[in-house]
Amino acid sequence: MTYDPLKILESTAVPLPIENVDTDQIIPARFLKATERVGFGENLFRDWRYNQDGSLKNDFILNNENFSGKILIGGKNFGSGSSREHAVWAIYDYGFRCVVSSFFADIFKNNCLNIGVLPVQISDQFLSQIFDEVYRNPKTIIKINLLEEFISVEGIEKTEKISITAYKKDNMTNGFDDIDYLVNIKEKIKNFSSKRNF
Amino acid sequence: MGKTLFDKVWDSHVVERISQGPDVLFIDRHMIHEVTSPVAFIGLKNRGLKVMSPERTFATADHNTPTKNQHLPVKDPLSANQLKTLERNAKEYGISYWGLGHKNNGIVHVIGPEQGITLPGATIVCGDSHTSTHGAFGAIAFGIGTSEVEMVLATQCIMQVKPKKMRININGELNKGVTPKDIALFIISKISTSGATGYFVEYSGSAFSDLSMEGRMTVCNLSIEMGARGGMIAPDAKTFEYVKGREFSPKGNDWEKAMKFWKTLSSDKDAKFDKEFSFNSNEIEPMITYGTNPGMGLSILQKIPSKDPEKSENISYKKSLNYMGYKEGEFMLGKKIDYVFLGSCTNGRIEDFRAFSSIVKGRKKSNRVTAWLVPGSHNVMNAIKEEGILDILENSGFELREPGCSACLAMNDDKIPKGKYVVSTSNRNFEGRQGPGARTILASPLVAAAAAITGEITDPRKYL
Repeated sequence: MTYDPLKILESTAVPLPIENVDTDQIIPARFLKATERVGFGENLFRDWRYNQDGSLKNDFILNNENFSGKILIGGKNFGSGSSREHAVWAIYDYGFRCVVSSFFADIFKNNCLNIGVLPVQISDQFLSQIFDEVYRNPKTIIKINLLEEFISVEGIEKTEKISITAYKKDNMTNGFDDIDYLVNIKEKIKNFSSKRNF
Repeated sequence: MGKTLFDKVWDSHVVERISQGPDVLFIDRHMIHEVTSPVAFIGLKNRGLKVMSPERTFATADHNTPTKNQHLPVKDPLSANQLKTLERNAKEYGISYWGLGHKNNGIVHVIGPEQGITLPGATIVCGDSHTSTHGAFGAIAFGIGTSEVEMVLATQCIMQVKPKKMRININGELNKGVTPKDIALFIISKISTSGATGYFVEYSGSAFSDLSMEGRMTVCNLSIEMGARGGMIAPDAKTFEYVKGREFSPKGNDWEKAMKFWKTLSSDKDAKFDKEFSFNSNEIEPMITYGTNPGMGLSILQKIPSKDPEKSENISYKKSLNYMGYKEGEFMLGKKIDYVFLGSCTNGRIEDFRAFSSIVKGRKKSNRVTAWLVPGSHNVMNAIKEEGILDILENSGFELREPGCSACLAMNDDKIPKGKYVVSTSNRNFEGRQGPGARTILASPLVAAAAAITGEITDPRKYL
């Protein structure tokens, strides 16, 4: 599944200053029964967002109408746990294109890059500044400039670099994925495979 | 400079290096299951691609399957549809498929080693984070997302930046009542759930090499819970002995050739690791968790730690204790529990059932406890029966269910009710993991057995 290229994103953001947000919170396993990639956005943060009877939990940030936007800001060690790509599908389908945190779990980060959600890893100090600023003014605009590889925030002087390999940046800014690349070197792979012992 | 075990396996699988980018890594074995594969097959179809190496691909049904009456049609229509979809896809692309009731069926990380699919020096992936389990054989094994499943189906390769290398050394004999699960929970409690993020871990020292293959699998299984992509243990005579003669392991000349390579698989003396930890085996006691991530663990005799309320990270800590209904400074010993779950890719092997039954033998299950005992595979289930363990369990008031992932992730009906406490031999104590509102206490099969008898958190050593 290909995605829209992402070059520069300017948006307000939703703050979620909880650490170790795991993929079971992002999308609980009981919502993984689909055989197509549809409807995951509705169940993003299901058990934090809804009561068991389906009513909204008013104290959860996604249910607070003051906060919205295409950027999700999460606490340290975001996306730990299960490898389910459904977690990133839920984030994407809900409408986020970028997750900002001071630390990401490995598989989650890979999954993000593979489906067009940009993970932006910044310092703990910058993260806490951004949380403060967004809570103070929910209309704060955050600028993700992937072309020039930096993140800046309205009202904060400091900017930080976005760290990404040249290969993944090229993918993300053009909407390519790894399969496009691999299919092009198929003969080389077949040749490699034929020499394997097991 | 010398190479690490990890380097040796990784480097022998690199098809191409992309400058300023990832390596193209060849994958020897790809395991798939019903939950993370259907969208990958849709992607394949949409692009008009085929499965490149069906003979390197193995499918099983495990995540979403009932653990009772598997001979009957699956009741939940969504689960049934997912299972049917896997079966259809496997058939269409010529992939081995072991569905419900098949003699090889079971949890993907239990059956891989059982069938000889898991081999030393191999690269193994699966759309499941606990693929790290297979590292016990000296393989590079890690979990992947669905886009990557599609990649491997289509091209038998994956694009990955080579991770950094970490070594964790533990030497010496283990204390009484300390199992592989306790070793892993101990490490995670020391280095945290993100302590090994960005790294591939090698476990080194006699505490690991003395373990059986089953025990090594439990340790490697939990690598992901310290943030590592995977963990591995150098293969040795025990490993080769385990692998030999299994259905899919190399035979004859191929075996000899493989052995030549496998015998080179250990870290060179002058190999460099990016990070190293060392612990003493005598520091490790039977462990238990008290919070909502696997790093929140302690010795079963300790008190829940108190944290400085001024620090911001402690908001998450309080939230966690609040969810569990526990307070700082409390002892875990003596806390009442409602459920016991023995099973999962972490502790669903025959050795785990032997350990559990060694404690419950001649004793009775507590009336307040509901126990779900779920073998990791049909093979494990058969061994439980053949070794007379089933009789011991039944005499003590336990019942054995049929294989699958079950209450570890509660995708099927095996859900712990809201607010109830479960001592679980699985791998994650996340909020709601074992059912909405369920409160999970992770522990070894020995601790689970002691809790099942007394109905409260109990030091298993008094029964050993």
